[in-house]
Amino acid sequence: MTSETGEAPAAPPARINLAEEFAQSGVGPVLQQLDDELIGLAPVKQRIREIAALLLVDRVRRKFGLTSQAPTLHMSFTGNPGTGKTTVAMRMAEILHKLGYVRRGHLVSVTRDDLVGQYIGHTAPKTKEVLKKAMGGVLFIDEAYYLYRQENERDYGQEAIEILLQVMENNRDDLVVILAGYADKMDRFFHSNPGFRSRVAHHIDFPDYNDADLLAIGEKMLAGLNYKLSPAAWQALAEYIAARRTQPHFANARSIRNALDRARLRQANRCFAMLDAELTIDQLMTIEAEDIRQSRVFQQQENGA
Amino acid sequence: MRITQGCFSFLPDLTDDQIESQVQYCLDNGWAVNLEFTDDPHPRNTFWEMWGLPMFDLKDAKGVLMELQACRKVYGDRYIRLSAFDASHGWESVRISFIVNRPQNEDGFRLERMEGRGREQRYTTRAYATDKPEGKRYS
Amino acid sequence: MNTQPSQTVTGKDRYKSGVMEYRKMGYWEPDYTPKETDIIACFRVSPQDGVDPIEASAAVAGESSTATWTVVWTDRLTASEKYRGKCYRVDPVPGAPGQYFAYIAYDLDLFESGSIANLSASIIGNVFGFKPLKALRLEDMRFPVAYVKTYQGPATGIVVERERLDKFGRPLLGATIKPKLGLSGRNYGRVVYEALKGGLDFTKDDENINSQPFMHWRERFLYCMEAVNRAQAMSGEIKGTYLNVTGATMEDMYERAEFAKELGSCVVMIDLVIGYTAIQSMAKWARRNDMILHLHRAGHSTYTRQKTHGVSFRVIAKWMRLAGVDHIHAGTVVGKLEGDPATTIGYYDICREDFNPMRLDHGIFFDQHWASMNKVMPVASGGIHAGQMHQLLNLFGDDVVLQFGGGTIGHPAGIHAGATANRVALEAMVFARNAGRDYVNEGPTILAEAAKTCTPLRQALDVWGNVTFNYASTDQLDYVPTAQVAG
Repeated sequence: MTSETGEAPAAPPARINLAEEFAQSGVGPVLQQLDDELIGLAPVKQRIREIAALLLVDRVRRKFGLTSQAPTLHMSFTGNPGTGKTTVAMRMAEILHKLGYVRRGHLVSVTRDDLVGQYIGHTAPKTKEVLKKAMGGVLFIDEAYYLYRQENERDYGQEAIEILLQVMENNRDDLVVILAGYADKMDRFFHSNPGFRSRVAHHIDFPDYNDADLLAIGEKMLAGLNYKLSPAAWQALAEYIAARRTQPHFANARSIRNALDRARLRQANRCFAMLDAELTIDQLMTIEAEDIRQSRVFQQQENGA
Repeated sequence: MRITQGCFSFLPDLTDDQIESQVQYCLDNGWAVNLEFTDDPHPRNTFWEMWGLPMFDLKDAKGVLMELQACRKVYGDRYIRLSAFDASHGWESVRISFIVNRPQNEDGFRLERMEGRGREQRYTTRAYATDKPEGKRYS
Repeated sequence: MNTQPSQTVTGKDRYKSGVMEYRKMGYWEPDYTPKETDIIACFRVSPQDGVDPIEASAAVAGESSTATWTVVWTDRLTASEKYRGKCYRVDPVPGAPGQYFAYIAYDLDLFESGSIANLSASIIGNVFGFKPLKALRLEDMRFPVAYVKTYQGPATGIVVERERLDKFGRPLLGATIKPKLGLSGRNYGRVVYEALKGGLDFTKDDENINSQPFMHWRERFLYCMEAVNRAQAMSGEIKGTYLNVTGATMEDMYERAEFAKELGSCVVMIDLVIGYTAIQSMAKWARRNDMILHLHRAGHSTYTRQKTHGVSFRVIAKWMRLAGVDHIHAGTVVGKLEGDPATTIGYYDICREDFNPMRLDHGIFFDQHWASMNKVMPVASGGIHAGQMHQLLNLFGDDVVLQFGGGTIGHPAGIHAGATANRVALEAMVFARNAGRDYVNEGPTILAEAAKTCTPLRQALDVWGNVTFNYASTDQLDYVPTAQVAG
């Protein structure tokens, strides 16, 4: 679609079947995958569907000559760490590709250090290298606000910002940019860099998972690794989540994964300590309550931290 | 005159869209695309100046075209060629090479003859452009 | 057909004086598994009426290794079992009653390192006149890596040739100078000049242009190099002409090759008829002198063309790659000379691949590893023209020299125009293929589009657009999908 040059619009038929257009585009399976892969995130999934619908209708309108302007597709994803932003960005890249808005559909994920240099003359080539690799796909910039370090005069982030702004405006057919990070910091970033705000069409907020979601995510992670929780362990995990959330540096799903990694370590050691006994496969697969309760999180809770 | 080095010199000068189609073919084959420029058009001049490094790991031709635009801004007065390198076993060499930019005036070559014994002649092909120093040849 | 068990006589009885059947002397060994280091040959055996095929195949194995028509006691002075050629498998040829594929393995020690003369004397030197056979053809051979490594291989190879010429991404273009005979040196040079200036990469001496009353070889070389250098200066591209250095003796050939080098040529040419020893000498010389070596396969059709008797060209191609030529004529399929598409693709694979997997549908009977030996550039020459460019590109890909002799020189507007027409047709077709067009089916359209900005091409298409050469091939494959796997 974006690479069509000067093709005359088709004559519109009397009736347009959007369901057929939707089926043909192949977007359905991607949305389904999103539903299956990610637990919770209902408002985000809803937003993605809405955007997909918008893009589909726009594509049909473009086909029949009703629109000629390419839509602005750049986005911002705000939320705490571990809320699924990168995963959703990958699915979004696929959706954009299937609807013909980007040519290749790959995702290039970077942070400030990939774009900004350490000495003069270093930034422009660094940023350009990243852009070249991302052409035809989606560029995902995590913690984008770190590009702008106002306090430091000798910071080279400004150069990267200028290059990005130019590309976001002039190469809309070639590249979609997604900026991501904490909501409040992104707000301040947009405030200081109005150029970005005006170029971003879709802002999506990723709320924190609730306890039930996180528990389900934990179970799913374990299932994927062929582990399961004993009923007592299930209870322990639920309590763990409630406790962990109140402590600093909580990163949603990522914190859960870290916790489960440690639980698996303890389970392995517990099994290993039972050297003389013969274990069943079931024992190797099961996480017990003690594997979770040994966590410092519980001790700190007891100490009223 | 018009030097006919490279793969497509007998066709009319390529448009950017046409260049993009060829670049995409190279990327789809997994080859690294490279831009070089020179103002010494002698056919045995193997080592043209490189514009940046060979571009590995690109998926889309647009990235290469961006570099070509940038190169043209600086060296649009001379020859620029685009080549693609195949690192696989049995090749480890360039697989395609074609000119993407030419100077306004191509004066061509003089054939110098040095006479030897009997009917022997030693031939030297000399580009008129190289009568001037590097950098001043085509501006 | 492998159902006959071994009948080898062992012990004292084996060496009693008298005539013994070959299959009893140890030349039929159905239980033998060829070693990694064995050289293997596949023969198409047509026994005389009444002769048992296993006995005939065993006889071929024997007579191409150690046997003679009667038992000899002196065999006992040797480790004779090692030196016997062993026929380990015989299959009937599908659809051809009375013909059999015989697979024979030879120990590596039977052969001298790096010598095609010895290889051919061994395998085909004795056995083809054998009376119990109606006909015999050497179909294919498998060379172990141990043997391949004893050869120099192509002096330059495809990759380095391209790097030297600075030409990448398209087939190379050539033309044989016509008329075949009679031009004087100066006029010969004129044809070379026009063709190269017009856009070809190479021109070629014909196989019988050596040194004749109408043109002495030195005249030709001098005028040709004048033409090459002029054309190079006119175009800014590296140009060459294959100077034929074939002569009566090696001394003559070295003299001619040295002169070509002195004059600055990048390539010389030899004919197959100079013989395997001379070819290897020239390959060594070419490598020492940074010369591309072009081989014309003169005379091969006397023994490669008939299906039942002779040597298949695929064997010659393998021998020539080992011997060390850089170019070899390998067929055009769509031109005036003999060549079935599937077998021809087999020849091209032998020239260009580092590993040829067994493919009976291309006539390749064995897996053949080339151990990173340089690749040979195949040459397609004979009755082809610009209107067939899409077919040629589709059949042969980029690594081939396409030679349009009549198709350049016979152009109505002259040689220069003929050369330009071919070059424009080629570049346009390569461009279209790379850009993703269905060039095989849209070929004529693509050529017509290119002809809009190139009058010579328009003229060429008008004159030759409908010319094709379609005759039934005399040498087609006996491949049927259910054929058995070769050893």
